[in-house]
Amino acid sequence: MKTGAKILVEGLQREGVETIFGYPGGVVLPIYDELYDSSLRHILVRHEQAAAHAADGFARASGRVGVCLATSGPGACNLVTGIATAYMDSVPIVAITGQVPTSLLGNDAFQESDITGITLPITKHNYLVKRTEDLGRVLQEAFYIAGTGRKGPVLVDIPKDVSMRSIEYDYAASEPVTLRGYQPTLRGHAKQIDKALEMIIEAEQPVIYAGGGIIASDASEELVRLAETLVIPVTTTLMGLGAIPCDHPLNLGMLGMHGTRSANYAVTESDLLIAIGARFDDRVTGKLDSFASHARIIHIDIDPAEIGKNKKVDVPIVGDVRSVLQDMLAKLQKKKSYDRWLARIRGWKEKHPLQYVSDNCLRPQYVVEELSSLLNGEGIIVSEVGQNQMWTAQYFCFRKPRTWITSGGLGTMGYGFPAAIGAHFACPDQTVFDIAGDGSFQMNIQELSTVASNNIPVKVAILNNRFLGMVRQWQELFHNRRYSFTELPPVDFVKVANAYGVDGIKVESCEEVVPALKAAIETDGPFVLDFRVEREENVFPMVPAGAAINEMIGGKQE
Amino acid sequence: MKPHTLSVLVENKAGVLSRVTGLFSRRGYNIESLAVGICEEPGMSRITIVCIGDDAGIEQVMKQLNKLIDVIKVSDLTDNERVERELALIKVTAEPGTSRAEVMQLATIFRAQIIDVAAKTIILSITGDTEKIDAFEKLLRQYGVKELVRTGRIAMLRGSKVLKGGK
Ligand SMILES: Cc1ncc(C[n+]2csc(CCOP(=O)(O)OP(=O)(O)O)c2C)c(N)n1
Ligand SMILES: [Mg+2]
Repeated sequence: MKTGAKILVEGLQREGVETIFGYPGGVVLPIYDELYDSSLRHILVRHEQAAAHAADGFARASGRVGVCLATSGPGACNLVTGIATAYMDSVPIVAITGQVPTSLLGNDAFQESDITGITLPITKHNYLVKRTEDLGRVLQEAFYIAGTGRKGPVLVDIPKDVSMRSIEYDYAASEPVTLRGYQPTLRGHAKQIDKALEMIIEAEQPVIYAGGGIIASDASEELVRLAETLVIPVTTTLMGLGAIPCDHPLNLGMLGMHGTRSANYAVTESDLLIAIGARFDDRVTGKLDSFASHARIIHIDIDPAEIGKNKKVDVPIVGDVRSVLQDMLAKLQKKKSYDRWLARIRGWKEKHPLQYVSDNCLRPQYVVEELSSLLNGEGIIVSEVGQNQMWTAQYFCFRKPRTWITSGGLGTMGYGFPAAIGAHFACPDQTVFDIAGDGSFQMNIQELSTVASNNIPVKVAILNNRFLGMVRQWQELFHNRRYSFTELPPVDFVKVANAYGVDGIKVESCEEVVPALKAAIETDGPFVLDFRVEREENVFPMVPAGAAINEMIGGKQE
Repeated sequence: MKPHTLSVLVENKAGVLSRVTGLFSRRGYNIESLAVGICEEPGMSRITIVCIGDDAGIEQVMKQLNKLIDVIKVSDLTDNERVERELALIKVTAEPGTSRAEVMQLATIFRAQIIDVAAKTIILSITGDTEKIDAFEKLLRQYGVKELVRTGRIAMLRGSKVLKGGK
């Protein structure tokens, strides 16, 4: 006989889980009792939001399903932002929540909240488990659903009596999961692939627009091979950074609101756009009517609902992008030279490199560039949200997939630090940096206690501008410099870190940057770097809201 | 923009209906009519939804519905030959005497059934397409409709074609 709690913990281990992130409470006491002498590692966070983000960071860095655990009511509600973040970026996590006993369900019992109702629009699927007999199967389904097709978060809500009751159960003897309502299409349609290949031969000015789907399906190798074989330039979304090495000659960098001019010009002028694992997000397309308006469009995606959602597509291919790209590569016969197009693109790249003023001021871009050259393509970079995120996307040279972790779809401030903790457990040998803003870091700053007590060697590099910088930038540019509630008081982050038992250095000049970064990298444990950067630096170039993506402002040599 | 009749085959599980209807409101669509019930397949239910929208919007809603794990199949019946039915129960004032006789006569014409008779009211049951029920209700209004209950619309393809599971 096994309790529901034991079935759960054993089930997690059967699914290959080694580490979970959680926070205890009343209705999960039976589960925590089971964890007490289990070999499953549990990391106690200091806020449930951090547990969800850590599970998410773990999943993005490893490609496996991340797991978090929280109690009912307030605990479950604290997971919500983290679940929504994972949902928007299609990250596979399983969130386990305790619930009041089944006899009290719907009673407004103490610490009851309808978490399956609350998370309905932000989960791929969710379950309220009413019988201990169902728990094992539900858990299997949860992992299967989270980690297949278009990945995403699944929540499993377990009432206290369900985890306490004992039944006969053998996880190993259970049947493999089959769901008649869930059968993702993995192989691309052969005829559609042929059509796409024909279109590529017909094109004169093709561009590949690669998104997070490349990373999610581990298709970077295939992407680079396709681009190199056909000699077609590639631009990636924020989520797609790392899919092709930043310094690859065919890489145009990121497109969209803070993309490179060359990427945005190339997409605007293209006559064929090959969208792979991307979803035509408004931060990418700008004014939709002008986006790639001369181009025919091939769209490869695992999710049929993304195809044709924002933009009419000429050749839709539903399938796992890796499998589709493999099929395309196998079928490639003809090739064509796009030399004139490539020469034009080279011209744009030379004329419009990303640039910032390099002087004696401590510029945030400089910090990112120096970190990039010190790590030289190694390590995992996580970011917060705001200017810090965009500067990292622009100035850090990503060479490999799953080395860049950021909240793209939801843009969740406070994501980076806990996600970095998760990334560490996925890749314990890698140096993990959270490039932070002073505002964002303060949204989950309590996790300093988690990294201190577990000696988790995550480094935090705060680009401290004493502003909610990205919002301030918009106020400067579009609201007459009326800085309404975006200035933050100075915080001595080193002192805060020290109070939690974490080392840190404050950096106020350019010369100190490299030694400080080196000190952080060489430290075995966690480390906080407080870079007092130029306060009113802006992220350029930029596409103003509602403009076409080739109508960029700033970042140009005048 | 026109009314679309969607037939959605789902797992017969708790919470399925709110997953399905929630999707419509979240994406900005109003459900005009909704009917749910078990169907020929054990463990499944069929939901018939009438919803107004343009073709692209409805296509997006259908794709999103298909993504729900508990949804087995979604079909748009709008451009197909089909039969549609609704049921209405109408409690109408029908005092013994002329008005009762007239109401009963109307019921015969519309092939409605009298399913309850009280001192001053009767309850009529009528099935048909939306237009027929609308017309019947309009005619009864002069006698005094005390209460009206209508089911949602249900629909089925004409001929031997069936809407089976398997996405
Ligand atoms: C949770 C949350 N609240 C509000 C916002 C809106 N927002 C976007 S960027 C930003 C400023 C971020 O400030 P900081 O972390 O200091 O980064 P900076 O832009 O200064 O680098 C804000 C408030 C958000 N993205 N997330
Ligand atoms: Mg800031």
